[in-house]
Amino acid sequence: MVQINLPENSKVKKGKYYKDTTGSKNIKKVNIYRWDPSSGENPRIDTYEVDMDNCPSKVLDLLNKIKNEIDSSLAYRRSCSHGVCGSCAMNMDGKNGLACTKPHAEIDGDINIYPLPHLKVKKDLIGDLSILYKQYESIEPWLKTNKKVEAKEIYQSREDRSKLDGAYECIMCACCSTACPSYWWNGDKYLGPAVLLQAYRWIIDSRDDERKERLKKVADEFKLYRCHTIMNCTNACPKGLNPAKAIAEIKKMLATS
Amino acid sequence: MSSYKIIDHEYDVVVLGAGGSGLRAAVGLSEAGLKTACISKVFPTRSHTSAAQGGISAALGNMGEDDWRWHMYDTVKGADWLGDQDCIEYLCKEAPRAVIELERYGVPFSRTEDGKIYQRPFGGMTKNYGNETVQRTCAAADRTGHAILHTLYGQALKHNTEFFIEYFALDLLMKDGACKGLIAWNLDDGTIHRFRSHITIIATGGYGKIYYSSTSAHTCTGDGNAMILRAGLPLQDMEFVQFHPTGIYGHGTLISEGVRGEGGYLVNSKGERFMERYAPKAKDLASRDVVSRSIAIEINEGRGVGKEQDHVHLHLSHLDSKVIEERLPGISESSRLFANVDVTKEPIPVVPTVHYNMGGIPTNYKAEVMTINGSEKIVPGLMAIGEAACVSVHGANRLGSNSLIDLVVFGRAAAKRAAELVKPETPHEEISESETEKCLERFDKLRNANGENKTADLRLAMQKTMQLKCAVFRTDKTLKEGINDIRKSFDGMENISVKDKSLIYNTDLVETLEFDNLIRQAIITMDSAYQRKESRGAHARDDFPKRDDEKFMKHTLSWCNGKETKIDYRPVHKTTLTSDVQYFPPQERVY
Repeated sequence: MVQINLPENSKVKKGKYYKDTTGSKNIKKVNIYRWDPSSGENPRIDTYEVDMDNCPSKVLDLLNKIKNEIDSSLAYRRSCSHGVCGSCAMNMDGKNGLACTKPHAEIDGDINIYPLPHLKVKKDLIGDLSILYKQYESIEPWLKTNKKVEAKEIYQSREDRSKLDGAYECIMCACCSTACPSYWWNGDKYLGPAVLLQAYRWIIDSRDDERKERLKKVADEFKLYRCHTIMNCTNACPKGLNPAKAIAEIKKMLATS
Repeated sequence: MSSYKIIDHEYDVVVLGAGGSGLRAAVGLSEAGLKTACISKVFPTRSHTSAAQGGISAALGNMGEDDWRWHMYDTVKGADWLGDQDCIEYLCKEAPRAVIELERYGVPFSRTEDGKIYQRPFGGMTKNYGNETVQRTCAAADRTGHAILHTLYGQALKHNTEFFIEYFALDLLMKDGACKGLIAWNLDDGTIHRFRSHITIIATGGYGKIYYSSTSAHTCTGDGNAMILRAGLPLQDMEFVQFHPTGIYGHGTLISEGVRGEGGYLVNSKGERFMERYAPKAKDLASRDVVSRSIAIEINEGRGVGKEQDHVHLHLSHLDSKVIEERLPGISESSRLFANVDVTKEPIPVVPTVHYNMGGIPTNYKAEVMTINGSEKIVPGLMAIGEAACVSVHGANRLGSNSLIDLVVFGRAAAKRAAELVKPETPHEEISESETEKCLERFDKLRNANGENKTADLRLAMQKTMQLKCAVFRTDKTLKEGINDIRKSFDGMENISVKDKSLIYNTDLVETLEFDNLIRQAIITMDSAYQRKESRGAHARDDFPKRDDEKFMKHTLSWCNGKETKIDYRPVHKTTLTSDVQYFPPQERVY
């Protein structure tokens, strides 16, 4: 019988165990995916015992505590720490989210932290988002207007402006795209929910004069129609946005135009 | 140092930093046909510009009569007369055009009934030279910075700007007092890159992380400022650190001044709207230093709220829920996440929190870096913009919504000036290897450090010292102690340890290099504060409670070599740029 296995070097092994040294009675075990490309070793899961009596409320606080007090070699991206920069997107307790807005108290038992799923890992919790960024470029995320008078703003009614609500707020954290099975499968060709939400943001901007061309550009079997309305994207979005609805709107516009 | 792989690049201009100002400069440079590289330690949309909430100021007059001269007067007064009025004139006059340009780029501004850009009231922004509140701050709900940053990144993509992302800059390449480029470390593959350029534009933002509690991102470590210091050049007005009146108590998350702009107000434990006492006219919309000091006094005199009576309440539950939903959705979310507060029902617990650095790299209004040597001198090949720069348009205290406009006005000015100075594809001069060696020596020494002290512990000690000794109110005693204590954190670096020795995404080493950058800025912030024996704007001395124009209407310049500092001064510019407006002579500052 054919045996299918992961390549030897991608098997995740059991890693180091860092025992609590504070004597705290309130300990949580935190299991974190580790991989160092310089070492030549397999990925591993390190376990840290963390004193929860002296840890602020979010998963990012927990990671900072580990990095500051236990193991400074742990690598992850982080910046604003209040959910606007999108740096610290990762998979916590099996769900994608921002470490800086996710309360660790919501997680029962051991806390498992992995990089965003289905990305090439650069190191530890740092994933490679370069394909997603290229796809973002491909939708030409800038206003295209033929209006020549430059001395004044282009007027936009409140009603037209409100159509951008729920689309322009995207922080490009990639939680949605990396939660999408269709994107896992065809991530090189399917644009994925994050980028399609941005495509939609420009398509429905009343100031933009290339709506038709923009629609035509995404109307592709792979780029758009690999969306099978699984809805993981909307479920994963840490900003409460609804990329699935935006994709449905694009499909509807194409079907009715 | 031959063990490091060095890759050379040649560009007309290199922009260091990809926040609002760096991106705006990069767009202008690309438009001008200059070969431009934009280098950033984070992906552009992760930059801290994304955290700006309330808006961007410009006298568009969409909500009633307005005039850029009024905006200029407000900025001069907000700056407590430490701003250079030629530069402030340039900022305020250029502001309307810069905002229209952003709108044309696609920024999703909120709108008025007739479809124009919506403008809201903001602290210190007035009509007719201080007479009544004006609506001047252009807003995209309460996510204006985010909207501008993403839009500018789109524009940079449109202009095919070459990005070097997740590159950590180490040092400037200097030759005979001129800048010839910089050296950076590529976190992705561990290689060292030497960028040669005719002009280097520093747009690395502020250094809020020298404090324990700040609204700043983890990445706000003033890397460009520290590179300036290591190049033997001075920083300016570093004692002026803005405390934002409303950071969420305990977490530090910013709650926009837009909340008070839309009608929110502060209340103490007695239920009093205490700002009425401190600023009878402007009340909750006085400038930030005034509101922060008032809160600090309320707390010091026992009228704070909470168990420890160490914060105050910001009320907005009286506002129409539609206003909150439409114009303040972001702060509703932050309050829920970080204070567990439903803003439609309860007040937000807030406390003054470090927010912005008025000080930075001294420049003129064309963004060219200045130093003094007898008189003001331009440093060839070097420019600075954004929070990293000290133009100085914000003087001793920045007005809310004047930072976003600073980014785009001077980002554009830098590109314009560079286009005048550089002919595309001019050949580059040879530079000696010693600059590279000096830079890599420091890098290598820190990377291989095997001492006893953790970077995180030294950083924490530095942050606590700054928070304790160089806060909203300062005295001779606290600053003297601070000068001593802050050097202990610096000395700790002699025996520092870096656990991760690798070169790929070595965030342990990144944080250590960032600490090395921060501590130098902490030292000169403390020293500059000690030397300024007056109270002006954000610098409030209990022992010198009055502004002293006779002795101190001058900019502090500070050099730093390790823990040795040198302090000198240059006069504030007392002229305007053109005859379109008159110089505003110093007055008493009341709101």
